[in-house]
Amino acid sequence: MLHNKLFPKKTRGGKIIRQLREHYLRDDIYCGAPFCTVCDSSGARLSESASTILVVDTNVVLNQIDLLENPAIDDVVVLSIVLEEVKNKNLSVYNRIRAICDNSMRKFCVFSNEYHRDTYVKDMRGETKNDRNDRAIRVAAQWYQKHLGGAVKVLLITNDKENKRKASEEGICAETVESYVKSLDRPDLLDLLVRPSSEDVDMEEVEDLRPSKRKVIYSEHKPMSEITSGLHRGIYHQGKLRVNRYNPFEAYVGSESIGDEIIIYGRSNMNRAFDGDIVAVELLPQDQWKEEKSLSIAGEDGDEDEDVHLAPNSADVAPRTIPQQCSTGEVNAGSCRPCGCIVGIIKRNWHSYCGSLEPMPMPGGSGGVAHALFVSKDRRIPKIRIQTRQLENLLDKRIIVSVDSWDRQSRYPSGHYVRTIGEIGDRDTESEVVLIENDINSRPFSSQVLACLPPLPWSVTSEDLSIPFRQDLRHLRVFSVDPPGCKDIDDALHCYALRSIYFLGYYFVSNISPSCRAAYSHLYIADVTNFVFPGTPLDDEASQRGTSVYLVERRIDMLPKPLTEDVCSLRSDVERLAFSVIWEMTPEADIISTRYTKSVIKSAAALSYVEAQARMDDSRLMDPVTTDLRNMNSLAKKMRLRRIERGALTLASAEVKFQIDTETHDPLDIGMYQIREANQMVEEFMLAANVSVAQQILKSFPLCSLLRRHPTPTREMLEPLLRVAAAVGLNLDVSSSKALADSLDHAVGDDPYFNKLIRILATRCMSQAVYFCSGDLSPPEYQHYGLATPLYTHFTSPIRRYADVIVHRLLAASLGISKLPPVFQDRLQLTSIADNLNYRHRNAQMAGRASVELHTLIYFRKRPTDTEARIVKIRSNGFFVFVPKYGIEGPVYLTTRAEKGSGEWYVDEQEQKIKKMDGSLSYSILQTVQIHMEVVEPQPNRPKLQLTLI
Amino acid sequence: MEYVNPEGLRVDGRRPMEMRQIRAEIGAVSKADGSAIFEMGNTKVIAAVYGPREVQNRSQQMSDQALVRCEYSMANFSTGDRMRKPKGDRRSTEISLVIRQTMEACILTHLMPRSQIDIYVQVLQADGGTRSACINAATLALADAGIPMRDLVTSCSAGYLNSTPLLDLNYVEDSAGGPDVTVGILPKLDKVTLLQMDSKLPVDILENVMQLATEGCKAIANYIREILLENTKQLEYRRGS
Ligand SMILES: [Zn+2]
Repeated sequence: MLHNKLFPKKTRGGKIIRQLREHYLRDDIYCGAPFCTVCDSSGARLSESASTILVVDTNVVLNQIDLLENPAIDDVVVLSIVLEEVKNKNLSVYNRIRAICDNSMRKFCVFSNEYHRDTYVKDMRGETKNDRNDRAIRVAAQWYQKHLGGAVKVLLITNDKENKRKASEEGICAETVESYVKSLDRPDLLDLLVRPSSEDVDMEEVEDLRPSKRKVIYSEHKPMSEITSGLHRGIYHQGKLRVNRYNPFEAYVGSESIGDEIIIYGRSNMNRAFDGDIVAVELLPQDQWKEEKSLSIAGEDGDEDEDVHLAPNSADVAPRTIPQQCSTGEVNAGSCRPCGCIVGIIKRNWHSYCGSLEPMPMPGGSGGVAHALFVSKDRRIPKIRIQTRQLENLLDKRIIVSVDSWDRQSRYPSGHYVRTIGEIGDRDTESEVVLIENDINSRPFSSQVLACLPPLPWSVTSEDLSIPFRQDLRHLRVFSVDPPGCKDIDDALHCYALRSIYFLGYYFVSNISPSCRAAYSHLYIADVTNFVFPGTPLDDEASQRGTSVYLVERRIDMLPKPLTEDVCSLRSDVERLAFSVIWEMTPEADIISTRYTKSVIKSAAALSYVEAQARMDDSRLMDPVTTDLRNMNSLAKKMRLRRIERGALTLASAEVKFQIDTETHDPLDIGMYQIREANQMVEEFMLAANVSVAQQILKSFPLCSLLRRHPTPTREMLEPLLRVAAAVGLNLDVSSSKALADSLDHAVGDDPYFNKLIRILATRCMSQAVYFCSGDLSPPEYQHYGLATPLYTHFTSPIRRYADVIVHRLLAASLGISKLPPVFQDRLQLTSIADNLNYRHRNAQMAGRASVELHTLIYFRKRPTDTEARIVKIRSNGFFVFVPKYGIEGPVYLTTRAEKGSGEWYVDEQEQKIKKMDGSLSYSILQTVQIHMEVVEPQPNRPKLQLTLI
Repeated sequence: MEYVNPEGLRVDGRRPMEMRQIRAEIGAVSKADGSAIFEMGNTKVIAAVYGPREVQNRSQQMSDQALVRCEYSMANFSTGDRMRKPKGDRRSTEISLVIRQTMEACILTHLMPRSQIDIYVQVLQADGGTRSACINAATLALADAGIPMRDLVTSCSAGYLNSTPLLDLNYVEDSAGGPDVTVGILPKLDKVTLLQMDSKLPVDILENVMQLATEGCKAIANYIREILLENTKQLEYRRGS
């Protein structure tokens, strides 16, 4: 047994008690240079031909991580003491430096100096921790110099003057980051450096480009001690700042101490806080609790137009509106929401942002340092000032920028350039921006993850069949119905009438006759958990990704392709493993019994919705699959009817579909996604399965089931819908989902589209359903409002949703097929998994929408179009229209920006109309207008879709 | 918390399969029939053996074998907080029992009927793995007292943290709350006489962790044998002189 005992070190730790810790120093820690003759160089990470080896100090790692991430910087020795200090100070930077060290493409070497016999330094009396660590870094640098001899130059990189001076005294080559990077002769790298904020003075000229703006000075942030005592005494309130996605000058802080949201208006009240920061807020005096009328389309800044975007399909993605005046009539200042201003920032949520530079003229004389303003794609983020030496390169690019500081004297925060993604407007670049913005991991799966896959080609073995709980259902005629071209087939169906089995043996019934006793409906879901085992790298990765992401032109899988498209996919004519739900139903579609089993099936046909619909509609076809389809459809219709009777909402959203050119990947055509009976049929069985499974798992595991709930919308959320309804003389009852469903059914206007439009407006008032752990809430809160069911979960798409994988495991455990993995005993972890799933789910949706918006823009670039639109929101200088044909929504201005507020138009709030002063013209809500759609470029490289009235 | 860093080093600089420094000394208490001090890193234990001698409480006397008694205690100064702990708390009683049973399994008690053997172990300094250190110290003390034994018993612990089996947990690792397997073996007979574990562990991992602890036991056995040999040599030398 190897036992390197040299001399143990005993240190004092803790405040009161003396703690002894052993510290073994070793002689088997290697320098990591492949050319070293002394060390074992089998795992050496530095490059063969390294001429300079860099030793970086802690602050360099903490501040210049973007530089270190650049592949131009290599042959770096990261000392364990540096890692330890970085970890204590900033965990996210620690994870990033660790990722670089783990990356086999990079030549970064971790040297455990603290455990090395020759580089360990003892604490000296009267020395601070910092000084001791600096000394350790110098000792390690010196060791390298001695150890490697004249073969290479060892360079200590430090920005600490004192450290650098001592290093030089001790004969170590030391340089600052700036001077080192300058010596590399790579001007682009200089952009990556974080600048000390004292250089801010030069930046004034950038602001002078905007003469209309005064220089804004923010009030000082209170020191931490004052904040803590203020929070204690209840003067300040702590919470996370959330900036309105559609109006960056409005933000909310959810405060537990006053049990309400505090609204923050304007940049000066926000006082340099970013979205996601944990802040301390002071309430403004009550007479300043103004109800800001955000009635004009443009923001406070004048140049921040609202863009054309995809019509929202839920309240979570819709622009947030604060009820303008207390519209129910009680104009009472007391009932308004509290407003506040931010006095201090408790924790920053700064990270890097994706966007582009604000167009600006090239400064005279090239090669010099230019100051530029960076505009993030995420509108919640303020502009960021950066310095660059490569302005001409960056102006037409999408870039990533990091924030460094924001002091009181500057209107905008300062940051530095990190990297370039690609050209603005280029489809690939913009798609990548979409992925980065939504924190979506699109990297290929790692080799550890791929190692968890079953050997390929995979097929059902006799072993699979011999397992007692797996039922052999290969003789049944199973088929699947999915969107065209679907490769990850999650589900398949089967149906037969009992009576026919009894009497005919092989059956040919054309319909389930009322005389037959019962029908069996089977739903098969891919048995993903047979391949994804808990705790494996594959499972961890899937759990992190949470969901597959569907962009217009590509799919980012949650599981590796061999699983999604082959092994798990219930394709036709191959034997596959499935998890089945088997219902015995009356011909009236009442469920008599429900059974779950793992099974082996062989799908007879993989149909698309269109094919399935065509088969059902063609009365000449009498083949078995078609009859099955018809039988299932008649059952589904009855189930659907019953569901609607219970009060399930039929909501509508405007989903569009693109036809993509297979060669160029450009959109060829765009149209509304058609929903057919076949879609509804499949959906109905899925819903039924999800409800059944939710009941089953909750019965077995009341505290650790993963369910999905849909909160009842509050009156405030429905306010916009009610206002519109009132203006058009429609009476909506929103007391319950049943009442709302009924009044939506009765909402018929003069034109056929009216009802759908109202449903679309209703849909966007609802928030989205969320996953949760059953132990975290009480049963009444489990309710799914939209589906009007007390319990719901996701079981039917384990190939593309991780929630379903978890539910599969729960279901298998409830049937005694397998044991429940240990994670289910850990409530906190389960809750954090549910939170992550919600986050990923939402991001996947946002990414999908952004991708559609991007393709819409590309489509209309060459195709200016005239079309019909409906007015959905009235503003003081125009209105928002919804374009049903393309599913988009955007502003139409009646006045140009220059004459904004000239008083030619006025808004009738009650009737939701905008009228011309002289009474000659008026537009009212839901009115049909003809518009012209065209892509314009008001600034170079910044194309946008513009809507104008014809 | 990271107990094994990506470079494969534990918090105290050991690698996962490495034991702490061990040290043993025979004959620390001259009054006793046999005694020893055993150290595993900063864990330091003293053991003293009295016997075989007359049974004190006649009612406990056994006609076919010797009575083995064990008393375990912790010195008040053994941990950082110098708290006065009541004697005979549940933990001490349990460890006393564990040590007694383990030692009983290797002492040839049938050779010494109607007698009594007392084993006293005290922890002088605690830094994880006290149970194992006690057993190792007791073995040495019994050998020093010349009590007939089937084989030496040696013990070592292993744990499982950050998905890595770790040999000989120290206090920091022990208080991580992960699984901790203490194994005692008769090295020559290759038999396991003690297996204790807190918390849960999947069977295949338990096997690995147990295997590692067993390796540790064997290494300790080798060391103990060396010490005993050295001791015997010295005794011989003294007798000869
Ligand atoms: Zn070397």
